[in-house]
Amino acid sequence: MRCFFLIAAVLDFRGRKAGVLMSKNSYWLIIAIAGLGWVISSRISAGPSALADAGSSLKGEVKFEGTPPKGTRIDMSADPLCAKTHPTPITTEDVVVGASGGLANVVVYVSDGLTSRNFQPPQEAAVFTQKGCQYKPHVLAMQANQKLEVVNDDETTHNIHPSPANNREWNMTQPHGAPLEQTFAREEIAIPVKCNVHPWMRGYIAVFKHPYFAVTDKDGKFEVKDLPPGTYTISAWQEKLGTQTQKITIGTGESKSLDFSFKQ
Amino acid sequence: MHTIRLSHLAVVLVSLMSMTASAQESHIDKLTGNAKHGKALYQRYCIFCHGTDGDGRGESAPYLNPKPRDFTKAVFKCRSTPSGSLPLDSDLYDTITRGIHASGMPSWKPLLKQERADLVAYIKTFSSSFQEEKPGEPVVIPAEPPSSPESVKRGADLFQSMNCWACHGKDGRGHGPSAATLTDNQGNPITPFDFTSGRSFKCGETDRDMFRDLVTGLDGTPMPSFVGAMSADQRWDVVHYIRTLSDSKKHSVAKNDASGQ
Repeated sequence: MRCFFLIAAVLDFRGRKAGVLMSKNSYWLIIAIAGLGWVISSRISAGPSALADAGSSLKGEVKFEGTPPKGTRIDMSADPLCAKTHPTPITTEDVVVGASGGLANVVVYVSDGLTSRNFQPPQEAAVFTQKGCQYKPHVLAMQANQKLEVVNDDETTHNIHPSPANNREWNMTQPHGAPLEQTFAREEIAIPVKCNVHPWMRGYIAVFKHPYFAVTDKDGKFEVKDLPPGTYTISAWQEKLGTQTQKITIGTGESKSLDFSFKQ
Repeated sequence: MHTIRLSHLAVVLVSLMSMTASAQESHIDKLTGNAKHGKALYQRYCIFCHGTDGDGRGESAPYLNPKPRDFTKAVFKCRSTPSGSLPLDSDLYDTITRGIHASGMPSWKPLLKQERADLVAYIKTFSSSFQEEKPGEPVVIPAEPPSSPESVKRGADLFQSMNCWACHGKDGRGHGPSAATLTDNQGNPITPFDFTSGRSFKCGETDRDMFRDLVTGLDGTPMPSFVGAMSADQRWDVVHYIRTLSDSKKHSVAKNDASGQ
């Protein structure tokens, strides 16, 4: 944004040199507008830290209605280094329901109401780990341009292959312990991630242009912190069961509760 | 006020013109490709497979395996740039010139160099990525050390530890345990390369091409980049080992080794 104003000013200067008709006054006015734009855009990009003080919190639970489906058993025998990490076979994680009926791995996020604000990504990296030839967490949520640190805790070699629709596709091999850092530039909910070497491995990375999101824990609980007061559309995304939305208005310093319910 | 508006308009126009100009051109050495000329060539030579909209859905597409590239995604197999980044103009030019072996994409060397450059310029107009992003830094390929039995042995060990066998098979025939599950980025089934076939590799047949493929991966396919996974020397070892798989005499030895693991 700031870059644009600078370019506008430079181009304007070039325009003058090229003989485009402009009065001296208009030139100074453009410089002034560019300068004003610079100041405004730098204030906007200061982002959530400036707003966090007035923050409210949104807590809730995502429930699964009915009998939870049984996952499909995963056969890891093709790679003995994977198979030996699970003495008892594990099942797929596409619908994970906790003991009290809470639905895990649901991404809850602000999908509308935050328009025209720029948010800087946090300094700390989002971490996506391969352990037991599974992704931990199964669903990761992060901000656009935030550092993504991929960790291979397994003895075997993996390849991490996201299939984005709105971001650049990359595909990297990672032996045990090798460092790997990547990122995603644009918002996308959610990018499927697979390992071509171990075809049962599947995870998701949800990328947001703002910091107001959470992923439900094993009991289906979530909390979106430091939300500025306002009226929002809140969405809940589950990889198999789709997306639900609700409207909510939240005041300064207010703590609101919001629940979702999915069924098959 | 009128002059101010004019000056605004001039600023916007100049910036728009400079953007579209670069998006509609390609630069390969001293050649400058022109998208307008490229469009006419595309409609004559490329449209049957790659389609009017460049989405790979031309009339011949249903009969081809692998499927024609979808240019609107701006994801390309054969690049000199890191996985996840745009190719250089010269990468697209090289692909048009060389063709993609083991696919329906022929060599377009019969076209003039200028015509191939024009095609590159036009292909880049199918995706806005070429206006929004820059290609990655091209791979530096060091001098190749000579092959030796030791290097081949190290390469064989890496073929095992890097899990190349999971797709390409322990004997390199492309029948690994994951082979049947593989798809490209358009969801079509894709077969791992059979190293014993003796066919040319997709993105060029020299050792340097293979080395580069190991660094960049073939984007849009399950073949990953090994950039942080192996050192340059290790990549040469893998190249030397893979060369032994396509040699029928050495192949039987390699196969016995692999089956003993």
